[in-house]
Amino acid sequence: MLPNRYKGKLIVAEGIEGSGKRTQISLLSRWLRVQGYAVAFSEWNPSPPVRETIERGTANRSFTTTTFSLIHATDFADRMESYILPLIKAGAVVCLDGYAYTAFARDVACGASRAWVRNLYSYALRPSLTLYFRVPPDRAIGRIPGGRDSVPYYEAGMDLGIGRSVDESFRILQGRILAEYEAMAAEMEFHAIDATLSMEEQQRRIRRTVVDSLGEVLRTGVLRSAPRGSPKESNGIAPAAADL
Amino acid sequence: MVSRQPLQTYSEPLPGVDISDLRGKLIVIEGPDAVGRSTQVAQLRRWLEEEGHAVLDDDKAAHGAALAAKGLQDARKSNTLGPVTMTLFHTMDFADRLENEMVPALRAGMVVLTDRYVFSIVARALARGEDRKWIEQVAGFALVPHAVYYLRARVGDLVSRVVLGRGFFDYWESGMDLRFGADKHQSFVRYQRRLIQALDSMAGPYNFTIVDATQPAGAIFRELQRHISALPFEKT
Repeated sequence: MLPNRYKGKLIVAEGIEGSGKRTQISLLSRWLRVQGYAVAFSEWNPSPPVRETIERGTANRSFTTTTFSLIHATDFADRMESYILPLIKAGAVVCLDGYAYTAFARDVACGASRAWVRNLYSYALRPSLTLYFRVPPDRAIGRIPGGRDSVPYYEAGMDLGIGRSVDESFRILQGRILAEYEAMAAEMEFHAIDATLSMEEQQRRIRRTVVDSLGEVLRTGVLRSAPRGSPKESNGIAPAAADL
Repeated sequence: MVSRQPLQTYSEPLPGVDISDLRGKLIVIEGPDAVGRSTQVAQLRRWLEEEGHAVLDDDKAAHGAALAAKGLQDARKSNTLGPVTMTLFHTMDFADRLENEMVPALRAGMVVLTDRYVFSIVARALARGEDRKWIEQVAGFALVPHAVYYLRARVGDLVSRVVLGRGFFDYWESGMDLRFGADKHQSFVRYQRRLIQALDSMAGPYNFTIVDATQPAGAIFRELQRHISALPFEKT
């Protein structure tokens, strides 16, 4: 991946389904906003042409390992070109739930070659901080809303023929994805967060990690929101104080 | 990349797809826009069928079933996707056609005669300044064809073909997404020149057979016929 030479910073959350990464990165982004930084954190909606193809392939169950990798790489490229890069160039702090590492873990767990998948994303910006939410699969599965019955066909890896039931297949796939995350953790400089801790403790550690590793650049480099009184500490539950 | 045998992949595996039992022939016609590829492909198909070969029907209508058919059509119309996104979207569409149309046909022993192949995607990416090693690895799961015929022409030849044929310059064929300027003719010339340079640079490494596309259509057809007749077809 390419080094980030722009003013803005990229903070990403990674981990298996049910690791709680979305909740934590969302809390972090609100806290950073309250600190007065111009933070972008939003749900990514694929562009209509890409969405149409994803929906069609999912409904018809016509994806293969290769086309599944490529349609998600297409969606990621769109997100990079039309959303992330302009914001980073503008100097924003961009927080993301899932990044290229999601594909590095998932696609390889589904049988794609490691070198090929990494090359697909080699033009992407290297994040300033990658938070990796580490949790055993059994704990994670118990946290998924709706339970295992809500797991869609491809997320469960049903096309891979690795388990007889959705439940078994999903467990095996999540185990493989976890193994891929663990194998790349050191190389990709993940900051591991113990996702079995309480929500509050995780958030406390994340904020400390952000201050330790990005405090200086955040103070001097990035775009700030227009002054709106004195920035103060928040519990992270408060609504966003600044919009882009 | 050069030394691979036909119907093996170039540099990357094709996970979950058994390519050990492919028996057919994969023949590719490449070339820039408006060079006359589709005319040649239609005539070659008719001739090959008369010769008794089963030829995969790869016309536009057959692609309607492809996964990304509608998505790509919408993407071209709306023109909101960036260059890397378009490259990957086209590659996904190619992978879908390779796995779901070409591989089964080759397994059945058919002749797959295709108007464009992965080389067009690579050439368009190169013309847009994308990294050669990157796109070559992205596309590395493609099967090596038995033959690639590159219909080569100069930009000037293409311009007159566009004027006499379609009568207007197409947005994408003019590379308008590259924002060379508002003039479609100038943009067409600059973009097609880059595309031809890209295809030329691939001719050696990918073993293209260059066919002079400035000859009359009939002469091109006879030259392609001669080349294809020399390919070792299975006699059954």
